[in-house]
Amino acid sequence: MEGFIATPVGITLVLVAQCVMIVAFVMISLLFLVYADRKIWAAVQMRRGPNVVGVFGILQSVADALKYVLKEIVIPAGSDRTVFLMAPLVSFVLAMVAWSVIPFAEGWVLADINVAILFIFAVSSLEVYGVIMGGWASNSKYPFLGSLRSAAQMISYEVSLGLIIIGIIISTGSLNLSDIVRAQDGDFGLFNWYWLPHFPMVFLFFISCLAETNRPPFDLPEAESELVAGYQVEYSSTPFLLFMAGEYIAMWLLSAVTAILFFGGWLSPIPGLPDGAFWMVLKMAFFFFLFAMVKAVVPRFRYDQLMRLGWKVFLPFSLVWVVLVSFLAHFELFGGFYARWAVGG
Amino acid sequence: MTPADFAFYVFAILVVAAGLFTVVARHPVHSVLWLILAFLSSAGLFVLMGAEFVAMLLVIVYVGAVAVLFLFVVMMLDVDFASLKAEMAKFVPIALLIGVVILMQLGIVFGVWEASDLAAVNVAASREAFGGASNTQAIGQLVYDEYLLLFQLSGLILLVAMIGAIVLTLRHRTDVKRQDVVQQIMRDPKKTMEMRDVKSGQGLG
Repeated sequence: MEGFIATPVGITLVLVAQCVMIVAFVMISLLFLVYADRKIWAAVQMRRGPNVVGVFGILQSVADALKYVLKEIVIPAGSDRTVFLMAPLVSFVLAMVAWSVIPFAEGWVLADINVAILFIFAVSSLEVYGVIMGGWASNSKYPFLGSLRSAAQMISYEVSLGLIIIGIIISTGSLNLSDIVRAQDGDFGLFNWYWLPHFPMVFLFFISCLAETNRPPFDLPEAESELVAGYQVEYSSTPFLLFMAGEYIAMWLLSAVTAILFFGGWLSPIPGLPDGAFWMVLKMAFFFFLFAMVKAVVPRFRYDQLMRLGWKVFLPFSLVWVVLVSFLAHFELFGGFYARWAVGG
Repeated sequence: MTPADFAFYVFAILVVAAGLFTVVARHPVHSVLWLILAFLSSAGLFVLMGAEFVAMLLVIVYVGAVAVLFLFVVMMLDVDFASLKAEMAKFVPIALLIGVVILMQLGIVFGVWEASDLAAVNVAASREAFGGASNTQAIGQLVYDEYLLLFQLSGLILLVAMIGAIVLTLRHRTDVKRQDVVQQIMRDPKKTMEMRDVKSGQGLG
């Protein structure tokens, strides 16, 4: 057995098996995320939400997925067929690809690359293409307006996301996600995590994530009261399912990234309790809950407010924070609180 | 053929093919999409060379930002490309001539291409200087320690260029109504709303 794993065929098989496990985890959790999102939203509005299919409506997403797949794909006559069908694929595949570098527990990672955080950043900056291509290929006014809004929005918030990540990288001295989690390990459990030294950035990061995934209150690209459904107007059946799945997977991914960057990934919050993938999934579920709550309680932003927040509030603030963190890290102030590489954390 | 060789040929063929389609694609938006494929494949080539940091930067900067702006501009263009293409046909002989001359020059250059003896020495020296550091750390050391001043200067040049562009395009328009977000947030409901008790059948008078 040992010998077989080292052969080329064995390596390929192990890699494929790992990929399948990650895809299975993401897809199965996706079904329940959509259900949870709707249930939380319903609970805030004092409705019941989906409650017919299965016990408590838990199989609602399965039924929906089946329905999406079995319906006819409608392609508008004036559309650019290839680009039209490629757009949902791009947004789904890219959302999936970024999972390859996410560590779920010590060593539980498909590709433990040195530039993992940059990889996630690169992939999430590519996700805008799904939206632009979809909006343009539909050859219709609302989708096009939606895709233009989305492109401007995603580019604006990527800038501050990048600056926030730089603060974390300076504190860790590495771009590897596993190293970032290990640097947060310490004797004080959750008080060793980066949310404390990088406190204001947690909020900025979370809000930027909302904008990056086009979630309410920043869902202007698909604002249903203005643009019907933005770039998704002309999409039906499976392509629409891919768009929606891509959006939820991206959200789930950013929950994982938030958990890793600021909340210690797989580390247990209380010293003494064992670390493990359990904590990671719990933290991800918590951030997803926050995403869902924000959708339920916050009204939509106006477009100029969105741009103002991104460029005039988040960007200067995160830039100043990078300078501050570099200063604190370079001189190893507060006992290396900001410079984990220096104190061997 | 090792997997790395195989990956190299896949990426290399993709770069060349995507570059070709960028030029010959009928629709400009398709051209930009092919260009993006070319960028991504060359990022793959960088990864194969072990320069993963440069590869990620290429994707983030060129594909994630520059190509998006390209796509924006090209989508907004309202040009009849069929007539433009016909116009361009007039220049084909000159373009061909220039292309052939450049090809010949490249052929001459690469025909006598030889790596200097110094190159191997320099590569070995840089390996030694940065020890086991990953290329991200090596680039960081070079840019922020050794060439800090040059790096800051190049940043300054970019800043000047940006300010220049802003100055050239800035117009102060006085005839438009602006949204003052701070003022909107700071509005006091007591000053802008008045609660009146309206008697039935009388109105406010």
